[in-house]
Amino acid sequence: MLLANLAILVLAGFVGFAVISKVPNTLHTPLMSGTNAIHGIVLLGGIVVLGNAIGHDLTVFDKLLLVVAIAFGTINVVGGFLVTDRMLAMFKGKQPARATSQKGAQQR
Amino acid sequence: MTTVVVALYIVAFALFIYGLMGLTGPRTAVRGNLIAAVGMGIAVLATLLIPGVSNWALIVLGVALGTVLGVPAAKQVKMTQMPQMVALFNGVGGGAVALIAWVEFNSTAGFTGEPSYVMVASLFGAIVGSVSFWGSLVAYGKLQEILPGRPISLGKPQQLVNALALLATLACAFAIGFGSDAEVLIIGTLVFAAALGLLVVLPIGGADMPVVISLLNAATGLSAAAAGLALNNTAMIVAGMIVGASGSILTNLMAKAMNRSIPAIVAGGFGGGGVAVSREIGDKTYRETSAADAAVQMSYANQVVVVPGYGMAVAQAQHVVRDMAKLLEDKGVEVKYAIHPVAGRMPGHMNVLLAEADVPYEQLKEMDEINGEFNRTDVALVIGANDVTNPAARNDPGSPIHGMPILNVDESKSVIVLKRSMNTGFAGIDNELYYSPGTAMLFGDAKSSVAAVIEELKTL
Repeated sequence: MLLANLAILVLAGFVGFAVISKVPNTLHTPLMSGTNAIHGIVLLGGIVVLGNAIGHDLTVFDKLLLVVAIAFGTINVVGGFLVTDRMLAMFKGKQPARATSQKGAQQR
Repeated sequence: MTTVVVALYIVAFALFIYGLMGLTGPRTAVRGNLIAAVGMGIAVLATLLIPGVSNWALIVLGVALGTVLGVPAAKQVKMTQMPQMVALFNGVGGGAVALIAWVEFNSTAGFTGEPSYVMVASLFGAIVGSVSFWGSLVAYGKLQEILPGRPISLGKPQQLVNALALLATLACAFAIGFGSDAEVLIIGTLVFAAALGLLVVLPIGGADMPVVISLLNAATGLSAAAAGLALNNTAMIVAGMIVGASGSILTNLMAKAMNRSIPAIVAGGFGGGGVAVSREIGDKTYRETSAADAAVQMSYANQVVVVPGYGMAVAQAQHVVRDMAKLLEDKGVEVKYAIHPVAGRMPGHMNVLLAEADVPYEQLKEMDEINGEFNRTDVALVIGANDVTNPAARNDPGSPIHGMPILNVDESKSVIVLKRSMNTGFAGIDNELYYSPGTAMLFGDAKSSVAAVIEELKTL
């Protein structure tokens, strides 16, 4: 199980490297914000442990910590994606015009 | 885990990767973000389907709390405060990893009977998560100006104190590793790691903050992957590791845009030993101008280059700047915008604001494109930008920002600087541009200054 997970870990790392090759400066901030939202996946960790799916005994204090952890993870996910969307929405107004003009140029 | 859960996780991975690919291109970015969000929804749903999940009320409570706190924060934050919001969201992610590791320690009586990789991964998550949480809070505080933006350093002993904090953190972690199950050790690990996060980020100047946030973002990703290993959750491993890897590359790209190396940023604080940070400005003189003079000067120019910075963002001046540019264009003046990669407090900050004000994309010029044009520019209008125009970056090897690529504003025939006062920029250093004979200062809030210039332009 550990070996399989390590293999997944290494491969995921290479995927991460490969995805980000050339990014225009303009998109650095939204991209950072988007990847930031994705590591909110820790939310799953909170659910798995609090949901007791791995069979550990939890004290009240542990449960309290986990509720906070789930809340943190949710803030990370929801806030992250929303903020990224708002940033990108700023580009929208002029984006279609630019996209079509580029397309037109390619066709000609 | 059942087949359904695993299958849904695989769908989620595909959506994460596809979404991230979309985020790297301007035309696909909005969709990419949505796709990644859908992937996250599927991953959460799949996790809830794992057989035997209990404590539903508490899980719902946590998610509800997070939603109630996160949604308004993300919806209401001003565009200018976006960078610190990202820092905050990153921090809570790291905090979640640290808390989960803490509970793991408690619920297994100090990892008794657990495979050693579970312990190692959990402790790694605890340390990195805690560093990321507290480091991000400092970054938030600095950008929100709750903490001063200039480096806060202990001076020479800084490196030693940092090393001690790291040693103490590792000592606690190793003690747990060698079989101790004292609660104080896991708390010690978290607290010393917290101290390390504070100590490392506090001495870093505000100008480097975007790189630091990106670095902490990558670190949180790695800690999430470690937590995934400990909990045997592939979704966390994959998503965390993708963020860890892509975040590292992104950090590198950002650092390159500022001509800074990541080790230098992390190790030295801004400018290392504080050489020549504050030089005498007492006997230097600057020239003040009025809105009327600035209007006349610009209306008779052939080319005006607007150099926006954080000051424009704070004053929300992007709309009046656009109006002013239109008036100038009606008078036959060519107007362009020079965008430094890290103008404002984040890469792309200025593009976002100017796009919001409907500035045509063709007028936004990146640094390499515009730098050759300053010598045939009549007026460079610097609106609330400081460090990115400081010639010291080119001329003064002793300057903390030496080597950072800048906009060569000083090469244009004349420069008008809109600024609130003679205070220094975010890096906390003086700008000789303001004392050059070709430069005139127009003091005041960027929005009202530009509005005044517009009034004058209308009467011409």
